[in-house]
Amino acid sequence: MSLTLLNVIIAVVIAIAFAALNAAYLVWAERRGAARIQRRPGPNINGPFGLLQPPLDGIKLMAKQLIIPGGVDKILFIAAPVLAMFPAIMSFVTIPFSDTIVAQNMDVGVLMIFAFASMGGMSLLFAGWSSRNKYAMMSSIRAVSQAVAYEIPMLITTITVVMIAGSMNLTEIVQQQSASILHWNIFPLLGNSHNLLMPFSFLIFFICTLAETNRAPFDLGEAESELVAGFHTEYGSMGFGLFFMGEYANIVIGSCMTTILFLGGWSCPFGLFPGVWWFLLKLYLLIATFIWIRWTFPRTTIYGLLNLSWKILIPLSLFNLLFTAGLIKVF
Amino acid sequence: MSSPIQLQPDETFVLNVGPQHPATHGVLRVKMEMHGEYIVNSETVIGYIHRMHEKMGENKTYPQFLMNLSRMDYLGALGYSHGHVLVVEKASGIEVPKRAEYIRAIMVELNRISSHLFWFGAFVMDLGGFSPLMYALQDREHILDMLEAVTGSRLTYCYFRFGGLYNDIDDDFIDAARRFIPRMRKSLIKYEKLVTGNIIFRKRLEGNAFLSKETCRKYGASSAVARGSGINFDVRKNEPYSVYPEFDFDVPVYHECDSLARYMVRMDEIEQSLRIIEQGLDKLPDGPIMPAKKPKLIKPPAGDYYQAVETARGSFGVRLVSDGTKTPYRLKLRSPTFSNMHLFDETCRGMMIMDALAFMGSLDLVIPEIDR
Repeated sequence: MSLTLLNVIIAVVIAIAFAALNAAYLVWAERRGAARIQRRPGPNINGPFGLLQPPLDGIKLMAKQLIIPGGVDKILFIAAPVLAMFPAIMSFVTIPFSDTIVAQNMDVGVLMIFAFASMGGMSLLFAGWSSRNKYAMMSSIRAVSQAVAYEIPMLITTITVVMIAGSMNLTEIVQQQSASILHWNIFPLLGNSHNLLMPFSFLIFFICTLAETNRAPFDLGEAESELVAGFHTEYGSMGFGLFFMGEYANIVIGSCMTTILFLGGWSCPFGLFPGVWWFLLKLYLLIATFIWIRWTFPRTTIYGLLNLSWKILIPLSLFNLLFTAGLIKVF
Repeated sequence: MSSPIQLQPDETFVLNVGPQHPATHGVLRVKMEMHGEYIVNSETVIGYIHRMHEKMGENKTYPQFLMNLSRMDYLGALGYSHGHVLVVEKASGIEVPKRAEYIRAIMVELNRISSHLFWFGAFVMDLGGFSPLMYALQDREHILDMLEAVTGSRLTYCYFRFGGLYNDIDDDFIDAARRFIPRMRKSLIKYEKLVTGNIIFRKRLEGNAFLSKETCRKYGASSAVARGSGINFDVRKNEPYSVYPEFDFDVPVYHECDSLARYMVRMDEIEQSLRIIEQGLDKLPDGPIMPAKKPKLIKPPAGDYYQAVETARGSFGVRLVSDGTKTPYRLKLRSPTFSNMHLFDETCRGMMIMDALAFMGSLDLVIPEIDR
């Protein structure tokens, strides 16, 4: 076995460990955060600050019997939760945490992440279709129309950033923003582009990330008060656990992408001590925002959600794309 | 919202919402005929927790039936007990001391606030916002603690007696109630900022489930359901009972006829109940809480008696037919939620399921009270 291959394998294993650890502990963070917002203690029994809760929950889920209801499409039913977790983990392979910490730097990193991200929608479709449950079915129809609607503005916004950077390589995109906070794509006063519409671009991208990861206020797919548990109504045991971890892994990926594309990745706002800590700081601040939004907003309606995408976000992001293209051509 | 698509009857499917469904808050079952996300037809099925309270009323003596009333509606139990004791007192001609009536009114209003608070939290939870429930429950907790100290129980009170009360209130209760009023007012401002002003919340409720005055009248709706549709009807004002004529309070009426109007009515009612409690505590007379002269055995003379009261869920009526024995001949309980709920089938046709369930939340259904 060549040394390069070995390196890649080690890197992939570390990526998987990072994804799984994050997914598990984000559940803890979410529960603690929710408890804080709701003025209650949250999980605090197992271990200091309840830190042993995620592994214990994992053990409990794994010890449970995986019930496959009668009449389901077995292959799709089993494939769906795996498909929920797998693309999220694969996306970590090309995420650069700093200029040295990256499992496999690719020239088409952006493309690869979006290719894997769109596979997430398929897992929801499989789960809903194969479950033989009306609630799951309705939920997966919702989730897929939502995924289609929000992938478009997200991609258009990403194309804008790619056009400014002139590269699809995530490391290069960050390096071009690394000088100071004014070079970041969110406030592009210096650097490659002087597009003053970029803050809006950032907002569009963030909203799309919320919708793509099925988070409140866009959690139409698993709207508890209407569709019981949505697409994972029939799942128990680790099948449910994988959906759950997949959701959180997707949040991490979404926040990583936001950090890289708009917030300058591992670069420091003042140009000092760039490194992985800055990346993680920005990443977890974004995730905290996710949690904060989830526990403070009610849910939108399905038509409100689709209207927002097709009538507001897509035209806006298209306009921004044309505007950016014009700027690049002129200057 | 009416359906923009032509509905083909052969393309529908039946969705069983309930009896175990998070949105029905109990064991209500709604058979919905769906066309995708749209409801073509719906049929509410009730009776899953029917406990024969009316039949029990015929078999038990009057005092034995006292505790049944609070099992009807576990959120606003005191209002229901109030109706029952009032009708029996009216039938047997028992004089209630002034102090007892004042305390009853204070207690019922406190219970009404606690019921509305719980509804507020559960309603926002139906819409997908979880946190307000916790805030509402914390405020409700103060009320439950106060009521527990006086009545001895937290939900299923058996506090009212024919002619008076089981227990007098003490200074601790009065202090706690006086502390509670400004705290609740502060909370109301907080709820307004957190929830009422939220853009998603307003967008979902404005224009949701238009309920005309005629529909409300047809089904006999009361409480916030009728008052949100512009019907100015409150039993406390229209058919005054107890000491309510001595209080200065308003009946909030909204004319928008949508779910937001029903929400606003209930939130305004909390403020009005606070005003009643404030005045009740100020005017509270001294004296006994039970009448000096009371028949040993309650045996109303033969006749037909009716008393309506305004509970947290609307106009609750008790019809008592007595044949002069120690058990009633018939005890009919007119529960407000029963009327309010039956609006749902007609109104939800053509709505999307998430709008329909938001509408159901705005009706404030308590299922044990329908089934009773």
